[in-house]
Amino acid sequence: MTAYIVRRLFATLPVMAVVALFVFFLLRFAPGDPAAIIAGEDATAEAIAAVRAKLGLDRPMVEQFFVWILQLAQGDMGVSIFSNLAVTRLISQRVEPTVALTLSTLFVAVALAIPIGVVAAWKARKLVDRLVMGFAVLGFAMPGFVLAYILIYFFAVQWQLLPVQGYRPIGEGLWPFVECLILPSVALGVTYMALIARITRASMLEVLAQDYIRTANAKGLATDRVLLLHALKNAAVPIITVIGIGIALLISGVVITETVFNIPGLGRLTVDAVLKRDYPVVQGLILVFAAAKVLVNLIIDISYAFLDPRIRY
Amino acid sequence: MLKRILAFALALVVPFVAHAQGQEKVLRAVMHADVRVIDPIWTTQTIASIHGMLIYDTLFGNDANLKPQPQMVGKYEVSPDRLTYTFTLRDGLKFHDGSPVTTKDVIASLKRWGAKDGVGIRLMSYVKKMDAVDDKTFTMVLSEPYGMVLESLGKSGSSVAIIMREQEALTDPQQQVKEAIGSGPYKFAKDLWVPGSKAIYLKNKDYVPRPGNEPPSSFAGSKIPGVDRIELIWISDPQTAMSALVNGEIDFYEAPNNDFLPLLAKARGVKLMMTGKIDSTQGMIRLNHLHPPFDNIKARQAMYHLINQEDFLRAIVGNPEYYRVCHGLLTCGGPYENDGGSSFMKEYNPKKAAQLMKEAGYKGEPITVLFTTDHNTITPATQVLVQAMREAGLNVDAQSMDWGSVVSRRAKKEPPAQGGWNIFVTTSGGVGSANPVLHTWIGAACDKGLFGWPCDPEIEKLRNAFAFAQTEEERKKIAKDLQTRAMEQVVFLPFGQWNTPLAYRADKIDGIVPNTGLAVLWGITKK
Repeated sequence: MTAYIVRRLFATLPVMAVVALFVFFLLRFAPGDPAAIIAGEDATAEAIAAVRAKLGLDRPMVEQFFVWILQLAQGDMGVSIFSNLAVTRLISQRVEPTVALTLSTLFVAVALAIPIGVVAAWKARKLVDRLVMGFAVLGFAMPGFVLAYILIYFFAVQWQLLPVQGYRPIGEGLWPFVECLILPSVALGVTYMALIARITRASMLEVLAQDYIRTANAKGLATDRVLLLHALKNAAVPIITVIGIGIALLISGVVITETVFNIPGLGRLTVDAVLKRDYPVVQGLILVFAAAKVLVNLIIDISYAFLDPRIRY
Repeated sequence: MLKRILAFALALVVPFVAHAQGQEKVLRAVMHADVRVIDPIWTTQTIASIHGMLIYDTLFGNDANLKPQPQMVGKYEVSPDRLTYTFTLRDGLKFHDGSPVTTKDVIASLKRWGAKDGVGIRLMSYVKKMDAVDDKTFTMVLSEPYGMVLESLGKSGSSVAIIMREQEALTDPQQQVKEAIGSGPYKFAKDLWVPGSKAIYLKNKDYVPRPGNEPPSSFAGSKIPGVDRIELIWISDPQTAMSALVNGEIDFYEAPNNDFLPLLAKARGVKLMMTGKIDSTQGMIRLNHLHPPFDNIKARQAMYHLINQEDFLRAIVGNPEYYRVCHGLLTCGGPYENDGGSSFMKEYNPKKAAQLMKEAGYKGEPITVLFTTDHNTITPATQVLVQAMREAGLNVDAQSMDWGSVVSRRAKKEPPAQGGWNIFVTTSGGVGSANPVLHTWIGAACDKGLFGWPCDPEIEKLRNAFAFAQTEEERKKIAKDLQTRAMEQVVFLPFGQWNTPLAYRADKIDGIVPNTGLAVLWGITKK
């Protein structure tokens, strides 16, 4: 197993290299010029050219690429073209809100979706099952930002129970931290919850039809033991796979959710940096997202071995 | 109630105690953009100037009537030949690091500003030398009696003539300064700055405002900090910003979306405020004078027949209370409003436009329009323009792109088929556009001018003459001649003027200053 993990970690290097290559050149080929944005509304073409030269954006693209790669090799992601702050500082400022939002969404989604998926499978083709599946279809169909505005309207503006926007670090107190995350987590988590609930139901239905479940029932085991210990554990591999895929979905989902709820996380940093053509920041962020995705996949792969002893690496 | 129960329950379970900010008075403001750049000279972005005007001070500040009033300057003298200005700084001016403001800092700052900003460059072209007499007094010697010295030093809008420490002011103007240390009423808390999220300013307790407790009038008057801390929060989603204001999470919303104004007008505790007649936005359609068909004056004039300002303004604003038809290039409602050249804009007639284009030699070649897709005013305006052009039978090549791409593409001088363009739509601030010298879009300085590169020595001559005029009557006459000539040459096509009221919590804050061209935040107090 250790050898496998080491091998997988080394395998991330070429993946990251390809990502770096693509992100760098795609950004440069995309229309837009940070120098023009910096120089501003009333700047002349000459003033824009002067800013571009000072930023080194007039140098050959290949030269710019190698300068960046050499910086990266030394652990330096460069500085933002606009704020002049280190990209590592900008990213580290934004990690906590995004991680908090992602984990709270995962918690909300998994904690609710797996039980309702199990119940739906147990009560297959009955009213509870129909309700769960109806919720799943609705959850898929409703865009997260629409739900977000509905939640804001009722829970924040009308009833004033929760804040409209913003993020408070946990250091400012647990309730301020939690109250800022409730609406975004629900808005972001509903689609995800629907996905996991459906997969849980499907996977459980397959397992519940197996002989060993019939045997367990015949032995007179309690229903909850049959469902949770015998069925759910054996149905877990596809569920875990979907949770892993869902984390990738969450990364794209946080972009919208962070914008609507004004959470200063990595998603908003990405959108702002792309719109402003802040090349070093976008490059740094894509690398971080790629690394996170590779890491999640690795964790999911390793977890298979623990859940299903037949799987060996 | 539910909120209280939850909070109580959590407080019982966990040992965390909500962080209290004590009795500190905090102004939470959502501006039109986020503070990403800390150097207001390096960029002309308006938000950088708002940031700059909080932490830096200026020698003069133009008041609500656009008249310059001393700010850092205690007294000044102008020689009888109007060639030598002697300025003496007020007592007690200190930078945020505790060092005194000296004439060395002032001269270095003016040189940096004068090398970068259009108005500054024009002023410096008449400045022979600036010499420090002592730490508090310096002279500015002109080569000619330029009449806009004080107005230029007190200008608002973009790239304001702020005073930095000498060590920052010596930075190449094409490079951003690394520290934001000024002598203004607020200090920038760089450690707390989260670009793209919030910028925080703390009251400068050592600031010495102009004596006499002068009421604020635009950028003039005593700058007395009204709160302990200002947070400029960036909320990119206009609906979220509106909801945050209604919910009392923010106090001030600089530029609410026009669509939300009726909702905000009804919200409890929220007030809308029109910030003055000239504190408006002017719509402009810029034609590229370098390439056919608009290198021909007839083709440019033909476009006037496609502009029905009401169509544009209804699409952008909707409510007539917030817009006005303005057939001039200088801000309507401003001191130099006139009807020079307005006869060009009397008739909307696509057929006539088509006929004039034909006479100008247009044979149906594609006309490249840079079509901004992500701007709340420029996008609808471009849609109206494209529709009018199509009604006239013009072959429109509307290329959709985000505003960032338009900003980059419009700087290209190549022909449209090689990545250039024919038309783009933009806007200009009403305060800057009220003065022919400060209104850079009215210029026609050929290659040295703004995108579109109109080229007409007569226009430049008139702009210069305005700057040297001795009397207000003379200025008004020149302004009219200038506008007539600029309309004839079609430096740009105006499509109206509108105001976006700002919104604020009237139950929480007070002291908003109108007619500024830039949001003045230092005088706002919290109830």
